[in-house]
Amino acid sequence: MSDHDRNVGDIGPGVMEDTQESLRGAVFSYSIGLVLSVLLTGAAFTIGYSGLVWRPGLPSALIVLAVAQIGVHLVFFLHITTDPDNTNNVLALAFGVLIVVLLIGGSVWIMEWLNYRMMIPTPGGMGHGGM
Amino acid sequence: MSSTTDTLFQAVEPRLDPYRLGRRVRTDHGGDGHFEPTGHGEGGPASKRVVVAYGFWIFILSDFVMFSAFFAAHAVLQSATAGGPSGPELFSPTSIAIETGCLLLSSFTCGLSAVATRARSLLWTEAALLVTGLLGAVFLVLEAHDFAAMVAAGAGPQRSAFLSSFFSVVGLHGLHVTAGLLWLGTMMAQVFAKGFRPNILRRLLCFNLFWHALDIIWVALFTIVYLIGLG
Repeated sequence: MSDHDRNVGDIGPGVMEDTQESLRGAVFSYSIGLVLSVLLTGAAFTIGYSGLVWRPGLPSALIVLAVAQIGVHLVFFLHITTDPDNTNNVLALAFGVLIVVLLIGGSVWIMEWLNYRMMIPTPGGMGHGGM
Repeated sequence: MSSTTDTLFQAVEPRLDPYRLGRRVRTDHGGDGHFEPTGHGEGGPASKRVVVAYGFWIFILSDFVMFSAFFAAHAVLQSATAGGPSGPELFSPTSIAIETGCLLLSSFTCGLSAVATRARSLLWTEAALLVTGLLGAVFLVLEAHDFAAMVAAGAGPQRSAFLSSFFSVVGLHGLHVTAGLLWLGTMMAQVFAKGFRPNILRRLLCFNLFWHALDIIWVALFTIVYLIGLG
């Protein structure tokens, strides 16, 4: 096998790279994924139900853990990697993430502003038109 | 892919582009190990296995977009309890933790079934799929039990906007798991009856993608629906 014998081509999402990985390696990779996601889930439940994290900071901490765990799932279970053969899958995923972020972020942003602007004005406080 | 096309390319390519000479292409596309389409324009479109998996990936991403609309609604309505019970008063941490554990483990065993399929082991593929299905069923039973308890306690979907969005988003995920279980049963029967034919292998691949995607959605769900409300 010389240098230009390198594998070239697309691979579908979820397709394991048969040529490079042994069966034992594949099982090992899934096991790493399981251990990492159990740790991240455990951490999320622990900080949620114990008082370990400053309460107002809890949402940010939980979102970080969730994003990390979704990353672990994508890499170890769905085999979405930075491999050049995987570009199509990654680009599709990036577009999906863009839409999801716009939808959730946009909704929360708009509705929070709406709630803020609809607050009943208190004497001396900030009512609508206060900004 | 037809071997005529392959021979044609082998014959023509060296003169057209000496750098492509002798380039070997992965063999997991269902071909016979000869020159095959790379999906980058040479030798025609990508193999059916890649095209099918990619198409299904696009479906899964559109499913994520649909779920994100439900998540957005829930995030907005989380505090709209209309004087009714709020999340932390209703959810039992033990039950959520067991459900999460079941789904995580089932995602792992689903991955093991893919490894067994790669080794063309009928017994291990079926065993791993069976365990996946049982864990999924335990998840569904626990979720149905939680739902029934909430409705019995007067916290059904009609109680408040918060509960409507809660039942929509968790119920939608539950429906996906139910559909996944039906698909899983079908795949077990098909693998048993038809063996590892190329079309069955493609269906197994799509099922694997679907099941792992459900687990990803559950990660977002237990974070946004169950845990963030505790803050």
